[in-house]
Formats: sequence, C-alpha cells, structure tokens
Amino acid sequence: MIIGEYIPLFIMVILGFIVGAMFMVLSEVLGARRKTFEKETTYESGMIPVGSARERFSIKFYMVAVSFIVFDIEVVFMYPWAVQLRELGVQGLVAMSTFIVILLAGLYYEIKKGGLKWD
Amino acid sequence: MDLQFILFFVFGTLAIASASATVLSKNPVVSAMALVFHFCTLACVYFTLNAQFVGALQVLVYAGAIMILVIFVIMLLNLGNEKAFAEKFNYRKGIAIMLGASFIIMLATSFLSKNYITNQMPASSLKNGTVEKIGLDLFTSYIYPFEAIALLLCVAVVGAIILAKKKISH
Amino acid sequence: MNTANITWMLAETGIKAFVIVNIILVMASAEVWLERKVCAWIQKRNGPNRVGPFGLLQPFADVVKLFMKEDIIPAAASKNFHRLAPLLSLMMAVAVYAVIPYANYVDVMGHRVYLGIAPNLNIGLLYILAMTTLGVYGITLAGWSSNNKYSLLGGLRSSAQMISYELSMGMALIGVVLVSGTLCLNGVIDKQVGWFWHWNVFCQPIAFIIFTVASFAETNRAPFDLPEAEPELVGGFNTEYSGMKFGMFFLAEYANMATASCFIAILFFGGWQLPFPQEMLGLKDGSVQLALAQFSSFFIKMLLFIFFFIWVRWTVPRFRYDQLMSLGWKILLPLSILNALFTAIAIIVFKL
Repeated sequence: MIIGEYIPLFIMVILGFIVGAMFMVLSEVLGARRKTFEKETTYESGMIPVGSARERFSIKFYMVAVSFIVFDIEVVFMYPWAVQLRELGVQGLVAMSTFIVILLAGLYYEIKKGGLKWD
Repeated sequence: MDLQFILFFVFGTLAIASASATVLSKNPVVSAMALVFHFCTLACVYFTLNAQFVGALQVLVYAGAIMILVIFVIMLLNLGNEKAFAEKFNYRKGIAIMLGASFIIMLATSFLSKNYITNQMPASSLKNGTVEKIGLDLFTSYIYPFEAIALLLCVAVVGAIILAKKKISH
Repeated sequence: MNTANITWMLAETGIKAFVIVNIILVMASAEVWLERKVCAWIQKRNGPNRVGPFGLLQPFADVVKLFMKEDIIPAAASKNFHRLAPLLSLMMAVAVYAVIPYANYVDVMGHRVYLGIAPNLNIGLLYILAMTTLGVYGITLAGWSSNNKYSLLGGLRSSAQMISYELSMGMALIGVVLVSGTLCLNGVIDKQVGWFWHWNVFCQPIAFIIFTVASFAETNRAPFDLPEAEPELVGGFNTEYSGMKFGMFFLAEYANMATASCFIAILFFGGWQLPFPQEMLGLKDGSVQLALAQFSSFFIKMLLFIFFFIWVRWTVPRFRYDQLMSLGWKILLPLSILNALFTAIAIIVFKL
C-alpha cells in the first residue's frame, strides 16, 4: 500500500506547523507590549511613510514568473525520462532532444528579445 | 475501514472546503492562498489514489509555479479593494448556479447509475502511478502529444514576450 | 496494512520526527554560532566568547532574547498574513527533512528501522523540489503583508531569484537522476557504493557546480543575499519583523542551509556511504556500529559544506541584481540543460 509511505511526510509537515505555531504564540505571549503610534507606523528609514507600498511594480518580475512556469514544466517532463532512459534507449533520447531543442529555441528568442534583461 | 479510504475522504473534504474558500473569499490574497492549500490537499488525494507522480507534480507545477505567477499578478494589480468586486450583473450568478447545479446532478446520476462506488483500488494502479511507468508510457505511446507540448510551451514564451514588450501608445 | 503495523509505523515515525525536529533546531542555532565564529576567524576577531565556553551558549541566549523582545505588527500590515509568512517559512524548512537519509538502517527487535523519516520514498527528489517551491510563499507573503516598500521589493527580488535558480537546480538534478536511474534518495546513495571515486561528483562535476551555486541562491545567502542587501533595502522582506518572528525567518534560513548541505552530500558525495567499501570495517549490515559509522560519514560531509557556505559568505562580494538574473537564466540554465543532454548521450552511446 502506497499511502503508508506518505503518512510520515504528513506527520513531518504537521510537526513543522506545530513548531512554527508554538514559536509564534510564545513570541506574542512572552514579548513585552508597549504600543505607541510611532512604533506601529511603517518603517521608512525614519521618514514619515509616503503613500502605500502596494504599488504596481516592474513587468520584469512577471516575465520571470512566466518563463519559470514554462521551464518548470520542461524540467518536470525530464524526470520520468531520466529515470527510464536506459529502457527507452535511442528513441527516448531523440524524443527528448527534440523537446529540448524546441525549448532552447524559445529561451534563445527570449534572451535575444531582452525578455530577461534587467537594467 | 481501510486507512487509505479514510484519508481519501479527509483530504477530499479539505480540498472541497479550501476550494469553497477560494471562491467565497472577498480578499484576493486569501483566495490565492486558499487555492495553494487546495492544490496541496488535491496532491494528497492523488497520493491516496496511488498516483504518486501526479501528486508530486500537482504541488510542484500548480502550487509552486502557477500560483506564484497568480500571486505576483494580484500584487501588481493591487487588488486590495474589495468593493471593486461588487457583483453588478446578477443574471450571471443565476446562470452560474444553474450550470453548476446541472453539473453536480450529472455527476451524481452517472455515479449512482452504475456501481462505481467502491473502496477497492484496482491492483494495476499501484504500478501505474509510479514515475517509471509514466516515463515508459509518455515516451512510447504518447510521444506526439509530448512533442506538441514543447511547441505549446515555446509559443507561450513567445506570446509572453510579445505582450510584455508591447508599446502602449498614449 | 493491519493495526499492529500502523501502530508500529506511527510510533517509529513519531519518535524519529520528534528527534529530528529537535536536531534541526539545535543545528540551526549551532550554525549561527559557527557562522559568527568563522566570520570572526576570517576577520581576525574573537567572535562570541562570553556566554558559556567558547561562547557556545550564545545562540541559546539569542533565542531567549528574541522571545522576550516585543513582537511588533505594523498598523498598516495585513495582520494574519504577517503572522502566516514566518510560519510557512519554518514549516517548509522543517518538512524537507522528511526525506533525508542519515544512515542506512538498523535492525531493532526484528524490525528494519531506516534512519530517516521516509528515505525510501519513490519520489523523494520531487518532494524536495516541491517543498523548496512552497518555501517561496513565506518570503513573498512576508514582503507583501508588511505593506512596506523595502519589504515588498525584498520579497519580490527574493522570490524571483529563488524561482530562477530553482530551474537550474532541478535541471542539474536531472544529471544525477540519469546516472542513478531513480528519484529515491536511498537509491541515489546506493548507486554510489564502494570507493570514493564512485561518488557522483566525479561523473557529474558540472551538475555539482550548478547545484551548489543554485543552493546558495536558493537559501538567499551571500553572494546572492540581495533580498537583504542592507544599503538599498534595509532588511529586505523581514524589515517589519521583530521578536521571534524575525527569529523564525532566521532559523528557517539556517535550517535551509543545513538542508542544502545535506543534499549536496547525498547527491554528489555518497550521503552516508563511507569513503571506502564498508566491508572493510567488518561490520554486518543493520548493526548499530555500522549505522554510527555511516552517520558520522554523513555528518562530517554535511559540516564541511556548512563550513563552505559560511566561508563563501564572508569572502565573496555581493552580486548586482542584473548580474544575478543573467547568471541564472543565461549561463546556468542552458549549461544545466546541455549537461543533462550530454549525460544522456553518454549513457546511450557507452551503454553505461
């Protein structure tokens, strides 16, 4: 039965949650509390904060996120291939080479178009 | 009762609850985080169904990659303001409820008409869910769809660049 | 699976998980001490030397201090997400340890006890990658929820950097998977049995370098510690955190550093394998002595890499952000893809 192997993982994740929650609660309970207006304002190197931080930011971060999705899917496809390469033989190698070449072309295009340029 | 069976229902319930939270929450960041949690519980449901590789991918691709983009977009658009989402067209809601209800009825009738409800997993599922079996199938039987995915991903990159580099004329 | 088996498994996992979580927390504190000592040594200073012998109790004093500090949540922040972010970071940092094998196995009362929580998991490597991706949320949320410009920029930079280098990391792993033919961590280690020249580092040197560089970026440590570049971003994503919530990010960072060292040791340096065939010790499989020898071998490798992480931090200057991104996308990613491809070709051509 497969699920038996995964129960330890659930236990570990839950334990991580418990440790984190414990730290959090202890920190909020044990710490001193003297609230003042200045203390609770947003830190901006001693200046009075101007506007909100929730502003729009550069499109470059989206380009990174979109490219990440594309290449993450590529990596994910490579895992079953890498495990089974010896079984698949030359045919598997050719199939994956085609896949990689197409995606490398995409990466090359993106780099050439300056999609990943930061300046 | 089988442990696997019990866990399936526990995670299934969690998955439904978090999916509802995603839809019902007014705060977009709460929605997005509920969706991340939903994907994780869905992965656990896959584990209980012996589909280990698909479960891992669910976390890796959906919760890991796609939701990061969604969160970035929520931050970009500064969707903190709930009032902007006030429903204006109520007939849409009506249609959505009707379609949703008919979908549930369809699922329910198809399940109840045949004896699909069982807590026994087919023995072959143990083997079919592994990375090894998926690798073998993907690169022999499903080789053309696989190569098509490469093209699709390539088009996605090109499309993203064209959208990002588009000059907006004022 | 019957009730007796389930009870045994739950008890075994419970004990192991409890011990390992404690070790993680102590290790993280010990790393803080080590970091300060090594840094002092590199800069010709003494480092912490007041609390306990050689200042060894310094990190514990720090933890007590952090607990006693005021825990400020800024008025402008989204309070619940502000609380959730450090929790997520620490949780994911702890959860990764579930698949690490610390030694092979010990036979206790007729049961085979593997030293590790789930070291034989069929998808161990994917689990690691999944947990590191989820760790990004902690940092992104910390940046966003603080409602502070420095935090937001730091959080964004950090998450963009982490996802970029995760690709190269995953791609470098492909090389190792190709060589070992499995995603199970104990399986990867089993393939590196025998003399030390069977370790993966000798057949996958490029993957090793890429993986190490990506690990530095993944743990947000120098030379890739841009998210917390003090001159420009104050403290980065943790600017608005204080008390133990700040400490939790800190603990998570050091726990991640230990994890990264563990993975480098497992994937490229044979994990718990001894540098020579274990038959030479004359101990039988499953004996406590052999497990101890394997554990020390693993622990020494891990410590060496932790030392390497610290050494690099205090030696190498920080990258600029554009340099960092172009290194990740234009050099490491294509290089790791080519490495995977050439490894595959070599395996097919030479029938390895």
